[in-house]
Amino acid sequence: MIAIIDYGMGNLHSVSKAVERLGCEALVTSDPERILAADGAILPGVGAFGDAMANLHATGLADTTKEYAASGKPLLGICLGMQLLFTESEEHGEHQGLDLLPGRVVRFQGNYKVPHMGWNDLIFKQESPLFKGVKPGHVYFVHSYHALPERESDLLAVTDYHQPVTAIVGRGSVFGMQFHPEKSGEFGMTLLRKFTDMTVGKTNWTF
Amino acid sequence: MLAKRIIPCLDVKDGRVVKGVNFVNLRDAGDPVELAAIYDREGADELVFLDISASVEGRATMVDVVRRTAGEITIPFTVGGGISAVEDMKRLLRAGADKIGINTAAIRNPDLITDGSRTFGAQCIVVAIDAKFNAEWGEWEVYTHGGRNATGIRALAWAKEAERRGAGELLLTSMDADGTKDGFDVALTRAVSSSVGIPVIASGGAGNADHFADVFAEGQADAALAASIFHYKEVSVQEVKDKLRGKGVNVR
Repeated sequence: MIAIIDYGMGNLHSVSKAVERLGCEALVTSDPERILAADGAILPGVGAFGDAMANLHATGLADTTKEYAASGKPLLGICLGMQLLFTESEEHGEHQGLDLLPGRVVRFQGNYKVPHMGWNDLIFKQESPLFKGVKPGHVYFVHSYHALPERESDLLAVTDYHQPVTAIVGRGSVFGMQFHPEKSGEFGMTLLRKFTDMTVGKTNWTF
Repeated sequence: MLAKRIIPCLDVKDGRVVKGVNFVNLRDAGDPVELAAIYDREGADELVFLDISASVEGRATMVDVVRRTAGEITIPFTVGGGISAVEDMKRLLRAGADKIGINTAAIRNPDLITDGSRTFGAQCIVVAIDAKFNAEWGEWEVYTHGGRNATGIRALAWAKEAERRGAGELLLTSMDADGTKDGFDVALTRAVSSSVGIPVIASGGAGNADHFADVFAEGQADAALAASIFHYKEVSVQEVKDKLRGKGVNVR
């Protein structure tokens, strides 16, 4: 079972439906016990960083998410959920994140359109079970802030939007996707399947 | 590199697609969910549902359509039409819509843009602008109520205000080009797109694949929307994309 962590932000329905379409059981839940018992967990999120962290703390789910990550079971942050994995963000003031990955989330700055909205292609930076055997393709992004991981080894894939933009991050069993795999057509579903495969032991972690 | 988006638009009334559609092998030509799934398979980058229901019951039905669609397709979709409160937005977003389009209600109450953006994030709020050239002004004027009512508001100024208030994107329809099939309004699109820092979807006037190339290259549009040429199979999404690729436009 894959727990979709419900802390009152974002479009949980699409994520849970996408997981179900891959043949996995999905449970949208805010119950720490059920989250901790899950084979995999997804931290979704749409909206502002500060509000999301406030909700995660108010519901106690910040601690639950950290505890889950420490268990070594696969965790996937999507969009804002990915950004929350980092140390801090400058979105509408300074905010502390979950600090599962060291790094900072900053606003796009430059003479170009923000949000970065639409389909952009991935460039894989290093091997990962999350896209082993998969050819890079287009995925759907929509964000005004982007993550700057401190460790290059955490940066698994980027996309190009006037600069290299963090697209997939990962360390151990903690992963994040800046784009929406559940909104990225067949290719997005393939990436999501790679994640769900990890939760049912189909992944060979040595690569 | 960011791809240019092709967006089919479906008019939905009381939970049914209206205006003709001409697909083969459809179980039910009026089912928005089935049509959405077909466009997804054909390579559409996003979809727009325009709810033209006039009744409360019709609008309630839309929530169900949105919920079923979200479970069926793997691309983002926007719902517009008759949304006049943050509570309406919440209901549709919770049901699985990715973005909310607001038009007349935003003119009447611009705070709706601000409040929606603050509550759900800018990426959720699409401000739809229906514009028509006003020869006296030498620029475009905003219309509401499906293009029936002139507002006296200048389209460029309104586009900038919508951005300032937190719109994540603009859906710009040319009343002059709409229905002509003579091509998008390139001048209008370029004027708006070059004066705002958010993406602009061009709408109105698509008659063939070349028109899309024009509005991307000369009109500086980030996305282009069309209805009837796709519904009547005059050209498919894939044909438009092949044409664009041939002209060096980056598409998915």
